[in-house]
Amino acid sequence: MNTNEHEHVIEVTDLRRVYGGGFEAVRGISFSVGRGEVFALLGTNGAGKTSTVELLEGLARPAGGRVRVLGHDPYEERAAVRPRTGVMLQEGGFPSELTVAETTRMWGGCVSGARPEDEALALVGLTGRSGVRVKQLSGGERRRLDLALALLGRPEVLFLDEPTTGLDAEGRRDTWELVRALRDGGTTVLLTTHYLEEAEGLADRLAILHEGSVAATGTPLEVTARQPSRISFRLPEGYFLGDLPPLAELGVCGHEVDGGLVRLRTRELQRTATGLLVWAERAGVELHGLDVRPASLEEAFLGIARERAVAA
Amino acid sequence: MSALVPAPTGRRLKALARAELTLLGRNRGALVTALLVPLALPFSVRPAVDRIDLEAQGLSIGTVMLTAAIGFSFLFAVYTSLVSAYVARREELVLKRLRTGELGDAEILTGTALPAVSVGFAQALVLGVGCAVLLDAGAPRAAYLTVLGLVAGLVLCAALAAVTATLTRTVESAQVTALPLVLVSMVGSGIAVPTEVMPDTLARVCELLPLSPAIQLVRGGWTGQLSGYEVLVAVATTVAWTGLAVFAVRRWFRWEPRR
Repeated sequence: MNTNEHEHVIEVTDLRRVYGGGFEAVRGISFSVGRGEVFALLGTNGAGKTSTVELLEGLARPAGGRVRVLGHDPYEERAAVRPRTGVMLQEGGFPSELTVAETTRMWGGCVSGARPEDEALALVGLTGRSGVRVKQLSGGERRRLDLALALLGRPEVLFLDEPTTGLDAEGRRDTWELVRALRDGGTTVLLTTHYLEEAEGLADRLAILHEGSVAATGTPLEVTARQPSRISFRLPEGYFLGDLPPLAELGVCGHEVDGGLVRLRTRELQRTATGLLVWAERAGVELHGLDVRPASLEEAFLGIARERAVAA
Repeated sequence: MSALVPAPTGRRLKALARAELTLLGRNRGALVTALLVPLALPFSVRPAVDRIDLEAQGLSIGTVMLTAAIGFSFLFAVYTSLVSAYVARREELVLKRLRTGELGDAEILTGTALPAVSVGFAQALVLGVGCAVLLDAGAPRAAYLTVLGLVAGLVLCAALAAVTATLTRTVESAQVTALPLVLVSMVGSGIAVPTEVMPDTLARVCELLPLSPAIQLVRGGWTGQLSGYEVLVAVATTVAWTGLAVFAVRRWFRWEPRR
């Protein structure tokens, strides 16, 4: 038994993908995913998420670099990898004239050790729709059918390309719960998303892709920690920014004043907040609309996009 | 790691073929092309056949009509309907989705082709019996050659359909891209016009067309007039075309739509 396989179920090293026209969609990215981890590839449209996932799924040969899934090259050693992976493409590819049940039966016949078809449909809440033709399904139902098929072979590794796009809020929650349950059962999940809250809430670790490169990677907490936290409040009439203790002493690394509204940025949230509140208490000042928040993934994401835009 | 027993190829092909057969049954246009055209078209060539002095070539109305019917079955039940099927599955991203699973590329193309090829085979049987009884074509003299011709024609039609699908962007344009092979085969491969009545040089060139050897084998099996050498050349020509088609598919087949 290969212990390495258990540490890194997916290993990507300096991966490149170049399309026919010469467009370099993936520009040397590296990351690894451990067994039982949920890993998210986050990025705007055109960041290279799908191009990357397709290489991991073994649908195309990389222009450079290396991919290993469960210790194998997913493109060259298809037969070794496929029985152990489940894939949900960004757009489901099902004949529109087949019913849900017929589609599931067809797929089940092509999978090793398939779950019963009813069980797969029940997992995604499509049991009542099994007699409906695919073309009559809503976009969200089609995504769920796609997920059911990806789960049919009880995969060890699951690739989900934008699994919740087109789902309503409830469908999205259901999918998240399902992904968490699968993860708890030991399934490794690699998903792409452009929903920040999805990556933040679901992923154990993530990579932010920007123009084909990894702009940031780590746990959601690590990625957001690189961004400053924010404190905002309104000073009462007659008070000015200069009345506060020196900002540098509070650990503030940036500030804006907009009328009476003060916005502070800090990398030491506790120190800044404590300093500010102690001052307010002593001065008998009421800080209206006080809002203290650690950086969110969204800020990290936008921050990265901004930095890159400035650099370009 | 649990030892997974891969699903056997037979089971996978069956699952795919079953779905594809359901789809064929739900596509009225494709169904008409596949089932009715091969049965109806031979009657349209009958007046022309009547004007040919067949006896001098050792042919009869029965054998000429039979090969015409089987030829039309190759072209419409198998080739044309499969070009549409491959393109439709590709454009709906079905082929791409299937490639993410355990099926190999050859299995995907074979499974998709099975219903059309089976329809073609069944049609040939019905036509064979029908022509033998109704048009006094009699029983084939060398049935194994007829069967060989049938198998060669069916396999080659499926392979050529995959090649044509490579050059076809939409299901609608499949009607156009399938036309060249259909026309060339009707005229040159002994389907609408028996090659036996062509001038020698032209006939020799036409014998090299993709479907000519299959038709020649089917008819030759019925009349028993093929020499061993002719059989050998026919088989070699079919193998060469099939090899070429398989090479082209492996090299150029598109598994997903152009973007």
